[in-house]
Amino acid sequence: MHSFLGILFDGLAYGALLFVISVGLSITLGLMGFNNLAHGVFAMAGGYLLVTLMSKAGIGFLPALPIVFCVVALGSLVLERTLYRPLYKSTPLNQVLLTVGIIFIATAGANYIWGSGQQPVVIPGWLSGQYAVLGLDLSRYRLFLMAIVAVITFALVFGLERTRFGAKIRASVDNQRTAEAMGIRVERVFQLTFALGSGLAGLGGALGVDVLGLDPNFAIKYLVYFLLVVVVGGPGSVFGTLLAALLLGVADIAGKYYVPQLGAFIIYAAMIILLLLFPHGLLGRRKAK
Amino acid sequence: MSDNLAKVSRHLSFLRARERWKPAEIVFWLALVGVYFAFPTSLVFASQILITGLFALSLDMILGYAGIVTLGHAAFFGIGAYAAGLMAAHGWHEPLSGLLVAGLVAGIAGYLSSFLLSRGGDLTRLMITLGIGLLLFEVANSATKYTGGVDGLQGVEIGKLFGVFGFDLYGKTAYVYVLIIAFLLFAFTRSMMHSPYGLALRSIRENQTRALAIGIPISACLTNIYTIAAAIAGIAGALLTQTTQFVGIDVLSFQRSADLLIMLIIGGTATLYGGFVGAAVFLLAQDRLSNLNPQYWQFFLGILLIVMTLYLRSGMLGGLSRLADLFRHWRNKERS
Repeated sequence: MHSFLGILFDGLAYGALLFVISVGLSITLGLMGFNNLAHGVFAMAGGYLLVTLMSKAGIGFLPALPIVFCVVALGSLVLERTLYRPLYKSTPLNQVLLTVGIIFIATAGANYIWGSGQQPVVIPGWLSGQYAVLGLDLSRYRLFLMAIVAVITFALVFGLERTRFGAKIRASVDNQRTAEAMGIRVERVFQLTFALGSGLAGLGGALGVDVLGLDPNFAIKYLVYFLLVVVVGGPGSVFGTLLAALLLGVADIAGKYYVPQLGAFIIYAAMIILLLLFPHGLLGRRKAK
Repeated sequence: MSDNLAKVSRHLSFLRARERWKPAEIVFWLALVGVYFAFPTSLVFASQILITGLFALSLDMILGYAGIVTLGHAAFFGIGAYAAGLMAAHGWHEPLSGLLVAGLVAGIAGYLSSFLLSRGGDLTRLMITLGIGLLLFEVANSATKYTGGVDGLQGVEIGKLFGVFGFDLYGKTAYVYVLIIAFLLFAFTRSMMHSPYGLALRSIRENQTRALAIGIPISACLTNIYTIAAAIAGIAGALLTQTTQFVGIDVLSFQRSADLLIMLIIGGTATLYGGFVGAAVFLLAQDRLSNLNPQYWQFFLGILLIVMTLYLRSGMLGGLSRLADLFRHWRNKERS
């Protein structure tokens, strides 16, 4: 029983992390239908930036996080301008190829600069260790992760549902043409959402160094997970993404704990079945066409 | 009336002209025969290029002609490779029947998985093909008893072709064998793509709604082509097994699917020859560059992909034919 609760806890923390990284992809996919396979690159960039800031510049863990967010968001704007924008109206194949190219460059670059090994990160003392709650050892860092995700989720939902910009995003996701006709500058909305989502991915990557690990193959290794969270959750839906991320996190950790010999088998099988049952995602917003 | 007839015959003559073997095509295949005499020391590498080219051709059928984006085509290559390997390792050493069985098994797998592709949009399809590929990799990885896992399948022994031609160390028999099989499958694919069926596939790619409106059975067409492409990919995998007498687990890897896609794009989609040209360019460049440093290769590949998608969407063969068009245009202008 205890081990079950422990797995549930670890799985939820893992899922929370997947959520932070993937939520930006979900919104941009829902908004522009751009098949961005390179989303993990932003997470990876966030991770490397954090490690470098902490070891080379001597900045603390907490102050480094907002810096990572801003730098990755700005960097993604540059990429959006130069590489992504010409292909918005292009075929999925071209988008896939472009983003696979970005992954390759990022992987080779990270390999060249930081080497192929795992990057270590030093978690501040007050975040390491465990709390004993009801006989369960809960890692402080994972609790911290969950708290951050709760805050981010709340902010995102509030922003999407209650602000003018959120209304613009929802309108553009639902029907891009009509939104444009109403005077919403969809490209601008997309640009800002893209930067926000990439920044969040960078933040997630930075937070995840301790949990997911960080090496040059990060973007390829977790590509399936990010896409899976988005596609299962339904592109453009924050709650769907959260639900899918938590489900997937728990399923993955439980699978690796109970049936380790199957490896990643469970996650791929679950993905195919879920996609067949819910081709539009669990809580997908069906587009009005 | 006669005007109408003339119009019909003009359309027919267009189709007939497409069907005819062009001089460049004959030169292409003769050059491949020439490779046997010109480079007797690198025939092993040359047959790998041919096998990969055949594999890329099978991807071209579903990607270039039918327009299905897949990231898991290596699944069928791997199934064929393991089918041929397992047969040979368990006492059936005849190569041609091995090819046949491998093609059959991969074709059945393709037929079954084609039904999974009928739902959802491009992204869902992409994820499902990716998922099937990764799933099979995991299966092969964990079923070490049958596949040898990461160590690869050992003890693959291939008997003499027709009981006469043994597979030698220099790959002479292997090259001729691969070349003949590749040519036969190519000719089959070529005639299929130039038939009304091939045109129907193209129209599905261009516009599904209109294709449906003129009475093309879309899902049946896609199931067909997916099955045939899977079978050809399986035969390519079996060729690799038989010529190298070994099956490594990388036949199923994501990298293989991604590389294949890149080769086809480099060569040019829906051109039939794009796969072969792309495979040759890709493998030769990889051979040269990754000897320097594997990271350079990956970096270069990334740059190449981005440049191609932004500026050169039709691949090398597309670029060449555009150059030829420009040249013809320019010559016509000179004349008039």
